[in-house]
Amino acid sequence: MRRSVFIASLTALTVMGLGGIVAEHKSFAAGAQEKPASTAEVKIDNFVFGPAAITVTVGTTVTWINRDDIPHTVVSTEKLFKSKVLDTDEKFSFTFTKPGEYPYFCSIHPKMTGKVVVQ
Amino acid sequence: MGRNTKDEILHDHNHDGVDRRGFLKCMAWAGTGAFCVMQGGVLKSYSMSRLAEMNPRDMIGELSFVQISDSHMGFNKAANPDVAATLQAAVAKINSLSTPPEFLLHTGDISHLSKPEEFDGVEQILKSASAKDVFYVPGEHDVLNDDGKGYLDRFGKGAQPGGWYSFEKKGVHFVGLVNVMNLKAGGLGTLGHDQLEWLEKDVKHLKSSTPIVVFAHIPLWTVYPDWGWGTEDSAQALAYLKKFGSVTVLNGHIHQTMQKVEGNVTFHTACSTAFPQPKPGEAPSPGPMKVPAEQLRSVLGITDVNYVRGQNALAVVDSTLA
Repeated sequence: MRRSVFIASLTALTVMGLGGIVAEHKSFAAGAQEKPASTAEVKIDNFVFGPAAITVTVGTTVTWINRDDIPHTVVSTEKLFKSKVLDTDEKFSFTFTKPGEYPYFCSIHPKMTGKVVVQ
Repeated sequence: MGRNTKDEILHDHNHDGVDRRGFLKCMAWAGTGAFCVMQGGVLKSYSMSRLAEMNPRDMIGELSFVQISDSHMGFNKAANPDVAATLQAAVAKINSLSTPPEFLLHTGDISHLSKPEEFDGVEQILKSASAKDVFYVPGEHDVLNDDGKGYLDRFGKGAQPGGWYSFEKKGVHFVGLVNVMNLKAGGLGTLGHDQLEWLEKDVKHLKSSTPIVVFAHIPLWTVYPDWGWGTEDSAQALAYLKKFGSVTVLNGHIHQTMQKVEGNVTFHTACSTAFPQPKPGEAPSPGPMKVPAEQLRSVLGITDVNYVRGQNALAVVDSTLA
């Protein structure tokens, strides 16, 4: 191939490649700014955590809200998180920063159990 | 005790001193205001309407006390917006008993959220009761913060560090147990190793003829495990009490009366003075059950207990607030 064409091709490829990389960076940066932090909600009612098992991504903040007419708590069985006593309409939030399975229960009514799976 | 009328049931088909048919009829009557008297191992049931005709000797014992339970001071939702008023009605009921009780047992859930002002409120109202001594055991609502420090500081004087204790009245041995601490996920009530060890020693040297009364918040028999209505390690506690001829177990937690007789042991749960709860399995959950306002006091109540020396078991009588 003629050298000038070669250089041109190389340059074109590089520009395309760089462009591609830049484009990727751009979209990555844009994505990080546009995507909101993940949240999830668990409603407590009738002595039940609903849903009892949820799956969320790392970095998600889960909020439990007590809609029952009796107080409840949210306590990790591995003691990783523990709410104060939640009366009706009170909330508790916890942000899961590591993947894993997080079983929890209500320490007042221990038959109430739930699980957060973080992927 | 003589008269054998159609209201008396005397059945001892198995010849073991346990009147099962009478007991079953008694269970059916319990909601409509009947009382059961166990004398010499035979259960007799009478309707409350016949109370006036009863031989007073059958009613008055040597020791009389009242159990109240589940006052939930601080609760203010639809099932009962004024739990202080219904507790006051319970005190009025206590004060109207023909045989004044010597003391009260409160089987827990004194407060709703373990708040000091809630404990204060109950103590204040109970000051108007004819019986001045009140013996408490905690419910799960009483130990919500700091491993129950608020409850133990207030009511734990003279008790073991975990809140359990015993005392004697007129030759009857009373044991207050705590089965609402350190509850495990998916579990029931629990007594724990330390408390069981203490119980074994506490009753070891008592004569088997000593009547025993055990009181604790969560039932010491498995009423309904799906709702947590039971105690995981109560069998061990009952094993230590096997030698005794008369054991009465008084519990709360389920907000309705229930009785079970097993050999020498009579299990009994009391009504709440705050709000009723559904019968096992008759609702999606065991939470507060709303009834029409005019019916509320008819599903709340107190329990009157009488001991007559020489009789095998204690007479346990439930009555509603209206």
